[in-house]
Amino acid sequence: MSDIYDVIIIGSGPAGMTAGIYTSRAKLKTLMIAGEKWGGQLMLTTLVENFSGFAEGIQGPDLMANMRKQVERFGVEFKEENATEVDFGVKPFRVNNYSGRSVIIATGAEFKWLNLPNEQKLIGRGVSSCATCDAAFFKGKKVVVVGGGDAAMEEALVLSRHATEIVMVHRRDSFRASKIMQDRVFANPKIKVIWNAEVKDVLGENKVEGVVLSSGETLQTEGLFVAIGHSPATKIFEGKVNMGERGYAQREGDNFRTMSNVPGVFVSGDVHDYIYRQAVTAAGYGCEAALDCERWLEEEGH
Amino acid sequence: MVSVATINLTRSDFDEKTKARLVMVDFWAEWCGPCKMSGPVLEQMSDEYAGRVVISKVDVDSETELASKYGVMSIPTVILFRDGQEVSRQIGFAGKAGYVSLLAKAGVV
Repeated sequence: MSDIYDVIIIGSGPAGMTAGIYTSRAKLKTLMIAGEKWGGQLMLTTLVENFSGFAEGIQGPDLMANMRKQVERFGVEFKEENATEVDFGVKPFRVNNYSGRSVIIATGAEFKWLNLPNEQKLIGRGVSSCATCDAAFFKGKKVVVVGGGDAAMEEALVLSRHATEIVMVHRRDSFRASKIMQDRVFANPKIKVIWNAEVKDVLGENKVEGVVLSSGETLQTEGLFVAIGHSPATKIFEGKVNMGERGYAQREGDNFRTMSNVPGVFVSGDVHDYIYRQAVTAAGYGCEAALDCERWLEEEGH
Repeated sequence: MVSVATINLTRSDFDEKTKARLVMVDFWAEWCGPCKMSGPVLEQMSDEYAGRVVISKVDVDSETELASKYGVMSIPTVILFRDGQEVSRQIGFAGKAGYVSLLAKAGVV
C-alpha cells in the first residue's frame, strides 16, 4: 500500500534530521513528524562552535534550517505537527494517523523549569529560558542565571552583552560546563557567581522584581534565566517502549544496537542519551538508528 | 503560493493600524531563533484569516518603545488587540495551535 511509510521519524533535531538524510537516501519512504516547534534545542541557541565542519561556527537555527533543506531535498515528507499518539502493538505501527513499517524515536529532551511557586506566571515577564531570545530586553539591568552547564554559561555570556550585572546561582561549588566556557565566564567582569545556593522563589506581580535564595536572602533582579538542563521527551511512549531508571528510552537491540525492546522501533539522540547530549553526538545516533532501521527492514523483507 | 506579507508596524502608525477590529501583532527580531518558526506560521495565517483578522508585526530592535509600552520581555510574543485594546497574548512559540487558540478565544474560528 502506498500510504504506508517505510520509516516514520518522530522528532526533528540533529538526531531525527540525520536519520532522515540516511533513510531517504536509502530510498526508504520517510515521514518526519517534526513537531510544531521543529528543529529541537538548537533553535534556541546562537553560535554553535563545536559542530564539525563549520570553521567559523554557525547559528543554531541556521544549522537546523540547513538540515531541514537537506532532508526535504532527498524527499522526506516533513510535517510540522506534534506526535500525540503512538501504537506499536499493531503492524504497521501507528503514529497519529500515519502508518509506518518502522519508527525512529528522536524526540530529544524538554526544557526543565525550576518549578518555583511564581515561575510560570512570570514567564515572558522577566522569567526566561532563552537568553538568545530575550537578552536584549535586559539592557542596563541586573539579571540572575541558574545552572552550571554549558547552556548556563552561554546564557550568562549572551546576557553580558546587554545587562549590566549577571549573577549566576549554582547549587554546587563548581560548574560542570566545558573548560573553555567556564574560562569565558570567569574572565567576564560583569558576571558574578554565588556557589552552593538555590533559587527558592521569584518575586513580582507583572514583572520580575527579585529572587529568594535558599539562604533566605533576597536578590533584587529584573530577570531570571533558567538553564538547569533537560529531561527526555518520552511521555507519549510510556508503556510502549522500555525506559531506563532515569526515564530515558532504552536501546536494547542485539543485532541492531539502536533498537528498543519493540522490534522495528529504534531510538536515537537525547531521548536515550543522558551522558553526551551534544548536537554532533545526536546526529551520530540518528545515523546509527537509520542504518539499523534500513538493515532491519531489509531482513524483514520489505 | 502567493503569500500576503504581514504588515510591519512602527511607533508612528501603531495606534492607527490597531484601533479597528481584530489585529494580531507579532513582536519579533531578526536575531531570535524561535521567531524563524513563528514568522512563517503567521504569514500563512494572514492568508487563512484574511478579512477577519489583520496580522502584523513589530521589530523590537527598531521599535523598543513599543515593546516596552506593551511589556514585551520575551520574543516571539503575539498580542491580540480588539479595537485597540489588548485581549490576550501568547508568549513564546507554541505552534500554530497557540495562535489559533488565541483567535478562537476571541470568537474567530
